Amino acid sequence: MKFSGFKVIKEALTGHKGWTPLWRDPEPQSDYDIVIVGGGGHGLATAFYLAKSFGQARIAVLEKGWLGSGNIGRNTTIIRSNYLLPGNEPFYEFSMKLWENLEQETNFNSMVSQRGIINLIHTDAQRDAYRRRGNAMRFAGADSVLLSREELREKVPFLNYDNARFPIKGGLMQPRAGTARHDGVAWGYARGADMRGVDIIQNCEVTGFKIERGKVLGVETSRGFIGAKKVGVAVAGSSSRVMSMAGMRLPIESHVLQAFVSEGLKPTIPGVITFGAGHFYISQSDKGGLVFGGDIDGYNSYAQRGNLPVIEDVLEGGMALMPMIGRARLLRGWGGVMDMSMDGSPIIDRTDIEGLYFNGGWCYGGFKATPASGYAFAHLLATDRPHDTAKAYRLDRFAKGYVIDERGAGAQPNLH
Amino acid sequence: MLIPHPLLGLRDAQEFTYLGDANLINRPDPNAPNAEAMFCDYVFLRDNPAGVHRELWYHEQGDRSWLVVTRNTVTHEILGAELASDVALAHREGSK
Repeated sequence: MKFSGFKVIKEALTGHKGWTPLWRDPEPQSDYDIVIVGGGGHGLATAFYLAKSFGQARIAVLEKGWLGSGNIGRNTTIIRSNYLLPGNEPFYEFSMKLWENLEQETNFNSMVSQRGIINLIHTDAQRDAYRRRGNAMRFAGADSVLLSREELREKVPFLNYDNARFPIKGGLMQPRAGTARHDGVAWGYARGADMRGVDIIQNCEVTGFKIERGKVLGVETSRGFIGAKKVGVAVAGSSSRVMSMAGMRLPIESHVLQAFVSEGLKPTIPGVITFGAGHFYISQSDKGGLVFGGDIDGYNSYAQRGNLPVIEDVLEGGMALMPMIGRARLLRGWGGVMDMSMDGSPIIDRTDIEGLYFNGGWCYGGFKATPASGYAFAHLLATDRPHDTAKAYRLDRFAKGYVIDERGAGAQPNLH
Repeated sequence: MLIPHPLLGLRDAQEFTYLGDANLINRPDPNAPNAEAMFCDYVFLRDNPAGVHRELWYHEQGDRSWLVVTRNTVTHEILGAELASDVALAHREGSK
């Protein structure tokens, strides 16, 4: 089934009887060329690009729950490529370019909406830092605009510009950034992969790896053994749990990050806005709800829910920035489990076990990376060489001293 | 979350800052022949278990003691707390 304007009109006139399921629900085969562990955004994108761009066949994606039940359905849907460091920025800009063409590529409406992101400036030093960041972005082919206070006021008049402690002095804007419908991204990639013959197997939890003489032979699952020539693990949030079954310890702690949505409101916030003094970011969904979040709770957690002090902290940040949201009612809050890596940057690499590949450590920035992560992981799985933009995401960079410390916080996962 | 401080009783976790795995008490010997590899493990690698986890919390807004808190990372249930200095001393006695 192909989506098109004609199809939508035809179905509207014939009682919507011609829609079919977006993907099959196959039984697992006894073996595959490539098994991807994790049916979230990154795993599905990996399978999609393996089949579409790298000509691989006989691929399975194993998901312990239902498709997209993890962080792909729990994030705040922001896409952007406003990074500083040379190990990061080209990768995220590559991702941004894939976002811009995603709907054509998958023939699925992922509601990619390039409404721009504005990082607010509160001090002169911060303006210098953002000017440097904006220039670094341009070096990598991304777009950036440094906004004065007056230009900013025209775009977003409702901010508290004269906050006594953190007055707003301008902003760094990336006009091509924005949001995408997170579930739509998972569904689009799943459907695209399924159409190209990938088996997406849900309710199939990996319980162990079969490794002999340093080579992976397959995975033990809740639905039996599945043989594989190569296994790619993309289970951010649970990376340490899964990789410990292969005897590996990772430079990762799992932390819970909360997000919130208000009741639906009329169009209020034009793009994504981030507070530069506290940690608070906000956008408005197409349905009208204000979607926002802030810091991680800061302690190891696999609970997919956080605690009240951080909720209070996030809302205080929001109130300091735009007092008008105090009138809106909070509709829902939820938590997702993040792979917090020791330098705040991800890992896409081979492991010491032949045929076992790892993708994780996305901290709280995995959603925007979904297309490039999938493409780069597919590249690595298919060719055994890292993609050009993901060369810095090595697993051994911590031992070798090549950390990518975007925030400059050091080996401290709960500060990133 | 309420942390049962061994000296001060139940205290709100908000008064504390979090550091991480309690194994950070056991700093490797810098004079050991494999010190570089051991420090790399110590600084960067974590067990990161889903379940019972022993971890360091600092009572910053209180008596400024370091605690070793035993907590379940899946349920957030706190199972106990000891003074980190006691844990470190016991470890030193144990390794003699």
